[in-house]
Amino acid sequence: MPKKVRGVLKIREDLCKQCGLCVAVCPVHILDFSKTKINSKGYRPIELTDPDKCVGCAFCAMMCPEGVIDVYREIVEVAE
Amino acid sequence: MGNLQVVYEVPKIYTGPNHYCPGCFHGIIHRVIAEILQEEGWDDISIGIAPVGCAVLAYDYIDIDWFEAPHGRACANATGIKWAWPDRLVFTYQGDGDAASIGFAETSYAAIRGVNITTIMVNNAVYGMTGGQMAPTTLVGMKTTTSPYGRDPKYAGYPLKMAEHIAQFEGTALSVRVSAFDPQHVLDMKKWIRKAFQYQMEGKGYTFIEVVSTCPTNWRMDPVKAAEFVKNEMIKVYPLGVYKDVGDEKKEG
Repeated sequence: MPKKVRGVLKIREDLCKQCGLCVAVCPVHILDFSKTKINSKGYRPIELTDPDKCVGCAFCAMMCPEGVIDVYREIVEVAE
Repeated sequence: MGNLQVVYEVPKIYTGPNHYCPGCFHGIIHRVIAEILQEEGWDDISIGIAPVGCAVLAYDYIDIDWFEAPHGRACANATGIKWAWPDRLVFTYQGDGDAASIGFAETSYAAIRGVNITTIMVNNAVYGMTGGQMAPTTLVGMKTTTSPYGRDPKYAGYPLKMAEHIAQFEGTALSVRVSAFDPQHVLDMKKWIRKAFQYQMEGKGYTFIEVVSTCPTNWRMDPVKAAEFVKNEMIKVYPLGVYKDVGDEKKEG
């Protein structure tokens, strides 16, 4: 089975202030504000719209002023 | 979580949540400083000097020793601390109102004396904390609460360029202007701040980093548009680059 590197994000939703800097720099356009959640500050935190597409580049974590995002990589097997 | 490889983890000494407006670059710069101090193991020996301005509560966000300076006098306080404890890493974290306006003399004389400290000046072209008044660094034609028709150079003069100003002094070891509007520039900023701290630990002299930053609230823009404004407008007036680097000169000579 072919293998693929996938990014995994750990998002601290309560720290997010919905500034959108991470959304603007994501190269695969999979970050967006949550449509269902509101955090304790009253903002809509970011979430991954399509976690399988994440490449783990950490651009979002580098731009985040609040330290919301930790980025990890894992190797997953792709069924094809 | 066993087979996960770490790409990026927020430094442990960066303790949030912070009070900054959404999208303010202060958070990015704090985080980058925390990363450098933690990676190099300098978090036990560093002393930060917090300014008066938006970053006045910086001591709550990076878990190192801090000193709160009177308005504009951060470099003067840092000089005293450095002379008392020469083996510590002493840096001041100031805004443009603190370092370039009320503290212009202190900042300049720290460079003239060649004190072995680092100044990180965050230039966002307005007085952020007090409500967006015109600062010495405001761009010509930029609207602020005290220049509602745009800055007019006839009576308000021209923007002050600190990186070039500090570079002229012999005591300066490093004078650089960086920004943080996209991930590449954040990495670049990290490289230069690390180099400034290294120069300080080697005792080379005064090191000055100017970070061109945003103020989404007082510019009346959303954070992404403010980052684009930095990229498209502010960089023209404040060109990024290295204005003095003692290490480079020695290599050439």
